[in-house]
Amino acid sequence: MADLLELEGVHTDIDQHHILQGVSLRVRPGAVTVLLGRNGAGKTTTMRTIMGVLRPRRGAVRFDGRPIHALAPHAIARLGIGYVPEGQGIFATLTVDENLRVAMLADTAESRDRLRRALVLFPDLERFRDARAGTLSGGQKQMLAIARAFVNPTRLLLIDEPSKGLAPIVIEHLTAALATMKEHATVVLVEQNFAMASRLGDDCYVMDDGRTVHAGPMASLAADQALKRKYLGV
Amino acid sequence: MRRAVPPLLGLALLLLPLLAIEPRAWLTLTVAGLAMGMLVFLVAAGLTLIFGLMDVLNFAHGALFSWGAYAGFSVALLVNGRWGWADSPSVLANAGLLLLAVAGAVVVSSALGIVLERVIVRPVYGQHLFQILITLGATIVLEELIRIAWGPNDQVMPVPVTFKGSWDVADLVVVLRFPIIAIALGAAVYAGMWWLLHRTRVGLIVRAGVENKEMVQVMGHDIHRYFTAVFAAGSALAGVGGLMWGMFNQSIRPAMGGEQLIFAFIVVIIGGLGSVTGSLVGALLVGLSYNYVAYLVPKAAIGVTMAIMVLVLLVRPTGLYGTGK
Repeated sequence: MADLLELEGVHTDIDQHHILQGVSLRVRPGAVTVLLGRNGAGKTTTMRTIMGVLRPRRGAVRFDGRPIHALAPHAIARLGIGYVPEGQGIFATLTVDENLRVAMLADTAESRDRLRRALVLFPDLERFRDARAGTLSGGQKQMLAIARAFVNPTRLLLIDEPSKGLAPIVIEHLTAALATMKEHATVVLVEQNFAMASRLGDDCYVMDDGRTVHAGPMASLAADQALKRKYLGV
Repeated sequence: MRRAVPPLLGLALLLLPLLAIEPRAWLTLTVAGLAMGMLVFLVAAGLTLIFGLMDVLNFAHGALFSWGAYAGFSVALLVNGRWGWADSPSVLANAGLLLLAVAGAVVVSSALGIVLERVIVRPVYGQHLFQILITLGATIVLEELIRIAWGPNDQVMPVPVTFKGSWDVADLVVVLRFPIIAIALGAAVYAGMWWLLHRTRVGLIVRAGVENKEMVQVMGHDIHRYFTAVFAAGSALAGVGGLMWGMFNQSIRPAMGGEQLIFAFIVVIIGGLGSVTGSLVGALLVGLSYNYVAYLVPKAAIGVTMAIMVLVLLVRPTGLYGTGK
């Protein structure tokens, strides 16, 4: 089957800094592709380049075979790409319900059904539906951020470091929820937590210094101690 | 609990001058203060939304205020010249003239606002210094255009007779009419904005955008369309503010906007950048204190509004209702 997302030799600058220096990756439909790498390797910049928040200087981003790197972020989102940014990006002064409503692009039967499923997956959100999102715990905020990206019939979900700053028990819950969700979506996951990454991931890419330096099945990386030590320090 | 503090302070400020001012003068000053506050609110509300959502410091807001006043003035002159609706004793004709003048101000100011946003503001998003320079430049051009079109001198604004003069309440107090109209209009605008922001989908997206515009974009909303709409709405409010201010003073001048802009910025800072409710509270605070102090110690009037701003910034650097972004 053709790849859902493809990055080919992508170079991206932030101000004068040349952050991405040739990122190439392919995302198979239905699979969870994990991006690994040390802090500063360019994982978040890769996600922001896919979403069109940053514009690549060179290279191409293709979604479903179609180049998208010249499109505005809102147009990219409307192709069916959901984004859960690092640090969640929730609207703290809005209620949980309002956060979900901003996210829902069309009030269709399918979206309502997806919302219902997300609330089953994350019952806390149902419980605090009228609370201000800023009052939620870190784990609940992450659940809200994921639910927001899930309510639209997205074909691709980009999730950036969902486990960051969360307690182990919360990470456990989140991993289980994401494992359920991966049956309905293709996912690109940036994750530092190796246990979570290896449980969810099908394919993996390792990034270093703004380049993709390794590609392969997640299972083979998990077994490769030398590679893990070299690029991930684990 | 904390949210109750600003309204309570406001109430204290309202009643405190009674210690020094006799009740009848106090009532007159209070009505004038509320009216001034509501008029400043019209200008500040647009400014705060434009800053809150778009992070744009729009110094041309004052010029849009003047343009609204002049556009409304021309409509009022035309309507009164043709049908005599300002001089007519009919309340209906008077209200009709006011509505048409407001419509003229809205159309001209919002159209100018859209042109400003598309042509000169869009290239300088995210660059405050350039925004200040280019919008100040636009202010000069727009003011000079007023001088060319309407002449450099003050113009006498036709005010419908119903809104002139005063009502005697039980032969006890004299309440000026126009300030009451201004207060009612300000309250209606606030209610309308609240409804729009809190009860409609567009308002929901705008509120989300004030907090995190990048997130709104990556959720699939074309933020630039909302920017233009908010800029147009803010400009329309400035224009209506200018027209009402002109009717309040019964005269208009090309430079009137610049003077009001200072008040509006003070109000936006007191209320908290991006908060409409904050702007309302801030505007009423400024309007009332300005009038009380102008009665007691005329020379200190502007100084007191500055002092309130400094005080608020010392206690709450984000303003009364600001979220501190």
